[in-house]
Amino acid sequence: MPFIPHTEQEIRSMLDTIGVDSINQLFDEIPEELTRFSLDAVPEGMPEMDVANLMAQRAQQDAGAYSFIGAGAYDHHIPAAVWQIATRGEFYSAYTPYQAEASQGTLQLLYEFQSMMTELMAMDASNASLYDGASALGEAILMAVRATRKSKSRKILLPKTLHPAYRATANAIVKNQNIELIELPYDAGTGRVDMAALASYEGEDITAMVINQPNFFGVIEDSDALVNWAEANNALTIGVVNPLAMSILNPPGEWGEKGVDICCGEGQPLGIPLSSGGPYYGFLTCRQAYVRQMPGRIIGRTVDLDGKTGFSLTLQAREQHIRRSKATSNICTNQGLMVTASTIHMAMLGAEGLARAAAASHAKQADLEKALSEIDGVEVIFDSPFYNESVVRLPMPVSELINQVAEHNVLAGFDLSEHYPELGNALLVCSTEKQTEQAVAALLDAMQQVITQHTNSSAG
Amino acid sequence: MLIFEMSSAGRRAQAQSPAQMAALDDSPAGLLRKQTHKLPEVSEMQVVRHDTQLSQKNFSIDTNFYPLGSCTMKYNPRACNSLSMLPGLADRHPYAPESHSQGFMACMYDLQEMLKEVTGMKAVSLTPMAGAQGEFAGVAMIRAYHDQNKDTARTEILVPDAAHGTNPASAVMCGYKVKEIPTDAEGDLDVDKLREAVGPQTAGIMLTNSSTLGVFERRIQEIAAIVHEAGGLLYYDGANLNAILGKVRPGDMGFDVIHMNLHKTFSTPHGGGGPGAGPVGVSERLKPFLPIPMVTHEEGKYRWLTEKDCPQTIGRLSAFAGNAGILLRAYIYARLLGREGMTRVAEFSTLNANYMLKKMQEAGFVAAFAKRRATHEFIITLKRQAKELDVNAMDFAKRLLDYGVHAPTTYFPLLIPECFLIEPTESEAVDALDGFIEAMQKIQLEAEENPELVKSAPHTMPVRRLDDVRAARELDIRYTCNIN
Repeated sequence: MPFIPHTEQEIRSMLDTIGVDSINQLFDEIPEELTRFSLDAVPEGMPEMDVANLMAQRAQQDAGAYSFIGAGAYDHHIPAAVWQIATRGEFYSAYTPYQAEASQGTLQLLYEFQSMMTELMAMDASNASLYDGASALGEAILMAVRATRKSKSRKILLPKTLHPAYRATANAIVKNQNIELIELPYDAGTGRVDMAALASYEGEDITAMVINQPNFFGVIEDSDALVNWAEANNALTIGVVNPLAMSILNPPGEWGEKGVDICCGEGQPLGIPLSSGGPYYGFLTCRQAYVRQMPGRIIGRTVDLDGKTGFSLTLQAREQHIRRSKATSNICTNQGLMVTASTIHMAMLGAEGLARAAAASHAKQADLEKALSEIDGVEVIFDSPFYNESVVRLPMPVSELINQVAEHNVLAGFDLSEHYPELGNALLVCSTEKQTEQAVAALLDAMQQVITQHTNSSAG
Repeated sequence: MLIFEMSSAGRRAQAQSPAQMAALDDSPAGLLRKQTHKLPEVSEMQVVRHDTQLSQKNFSIDTNFYPLGSCTMKYNPRACNSLSMLPGLADRHPYAPESHSQGFMACMYDLQEMLKEVTGMKAVSLTPMAGAQGEFAGVAMIRAYHDQNKDTARTEILVPDAAHGTNPASAVMCGYKVKEIPTDAEGDLDVDKLREAVGPQTAGIMLTNSSTLGVFERRIQEIAAIVHEAGGLLYYDGANLNAILGKVRPGDMGFDVIHMNLHKTFSTPHGGGGPGAGPVGVSERLKPFLPIPMVTHEEGKYRWLTEKDCPQTIGRLSAFAGNAGILLRAYIYARLLGREGMTRVAEFSTLNANYMLKKMQEAGFVAAFAKRRATHEFIITLKRQAKELDVNAMDFAKRLLDYGVHAPTTYFPLLIPECFLIEPTESEAVDALDGFIEAMQKIQLEAEENPELVKSAPHTMPVRRLDDVRAARELDIRYTCNIN
């Protein structure tokens, strides 16, 4: 019996101790008519060796392509040690550190994580993670609504240059709480938030404004101007940032005159594999004044009975297991193991290593953008500073190009035409420091071929 | 010592980043970081040694018996981790085209189908990232259903007083008021009180079955009939699915929507507090509202279902497709177990719990529900010890750590004073169960003869009891000293 250690003899003796004849008798409080069913759609069990073969086949099916897809998930180098340490059984198979004395390893590590995130973001405080970047934004919006007394409107300005899936997720999370999400348009030339459109909200009661850095197009926003506008209009600010980019870009705590109030984002670029979109982790940082409105676990440093330093879950009075219906959020389990890996990753790379990875990603994208624009019919859409992604317009429908280039085992990028039809045939292309010359050559070659073929066939 | 305190200016893990710092001269200076942030400056080996030593300060399933009630701390097979991290899976981008995703999507589709079958529901969405997010999705679907029927007077969710704290918190996040229903002396929901409570304002009820009290809710069919007759829907909290896997199905009990905690029942790890996975399953009438994305199989190919296919969906709960890597681990676990293995999960976790309950009663400990069968967990109360010896449940819990056992869940459910909620799981051998009971007996003796020893426990952990009041009052949640 897989993962069940009982011998026949032990089962018999345990049943005798309990005073029943069979294991089934232990289920005699369940109404009999509820127990008649079969599990035909569940296959029979397999030994590990057979499951390993099956999974190897399935993994093989999806493996081996050169990828230029970013759009919120980035393929950065992860030191081998990161996951070897993170998946040690003592981290992998522990639970939420409720018994602090027997969980000092996880607790100290989470405290170190909070310290690193606040450094990277230049913010005062960090929690110990939420599920992912998109759901963290939902929680950040709810937090902003709770945190402000100045505003009654529950109106949130959400830029259209924010990841469409983030907007959808935030909407799903907050929509039952009478919160209005207002879409802020972007400037067609720069790909940045349209300051003229923003000006039309001057004097209105706005609860909070979301600022995405870099934005979904890879464009670097004028974060100073946006924070200053919000400050002047009494709106709280919520940053949504790529944490790796913050190692080279101005961090949210230093935007504008005062920095943002709350900053969240997706932790994946800090040591988490792509893994089909999860598990990743959301991070959430804020100014000191809002710590008690933060959702999720927070670790504090304190002392034990002998005055020795130790770590424990703190401010638990905010949480669901204490406050129940009055909690700051329903969140319970978060993404502990991902944060463990990320903390090891950040320690390993340090400020210099992260900055080098970020800068190399940018530099490779700058080269790629130039090379792409040299293909006939391909043009770079926005004339703005960018991080590691850019938007190019294609002379053919994007989905067709993506599918045909994929036949060359190259994944060209993310199709923007569904969510941004106004941009035409727009493709979002990404580079990281891992990108190789062979990969770039393969992309350029495949795109050139596919586009030429398309041009010829439409001409003919 | 914190990793920050090991820092030395200029020290680096040289092998782990590009050899050069690329120039950023094409970006306006005003957008660039002016002051570098202060991460530790340490070597690769320092990090490895530091974090390995930290890991050794943890109790975990791999190192200790961990009978934490309601958390299902069972063995996490290593194959689930290594196979889910195979190249092709670990490096698959969430937006890879379907042509380069068929292997992954096949796993997700198969998992949806298996979970449907084992829970008796009509459709499953895998996307919620933890139990609490599954709850949120479930209640949001209940709300979407009533909204669709223009039944907007339904503003209240019923929750048993013994429920997990996430239940009322999730209901509130969906804009509902919460009304508590009491439990009777035998641990069942008070059905008369339920009858009084339901009405045109009832949106639904959230139930855990087997319940948080470690017993099976015997009148579940009657409860379902009462709530359905009042126009409400039934929500199943899958926290205790391990107790009934393959023995009885929420769909057959009359539930309209359920979530499963795959990090519990399907043994993807707990990871020191996540990541989890909280897929939701629904009855026919809630199908249109399931969160996206999901996987379908058409003409020999797997395809994503999105907003276009599911216009009434409650929407997206994550940027991509939930905790995909955790779902893969659950899938691998399910394939290792198969249908007969799933049923054995419930059988042997229940056998272990009932065995422990009986032996603990024989050893003089008081069961909260002595007349009932235990499910996969059970409650004892240390009320007498607290009163007579001034040694409470927390003291027993801390002393257990000295005996190398992780403490059971303490002080939950809130209904039972000085309680331990004990869940041994199916993967523990009888020796571990006996070892726990022996430790409890020894602590009982210590409590009688030398209560201070127990009250000041633990004595062998990296730290003694921590000052939680100071932690909250003198909030220190980040390292701030100037390093270097």
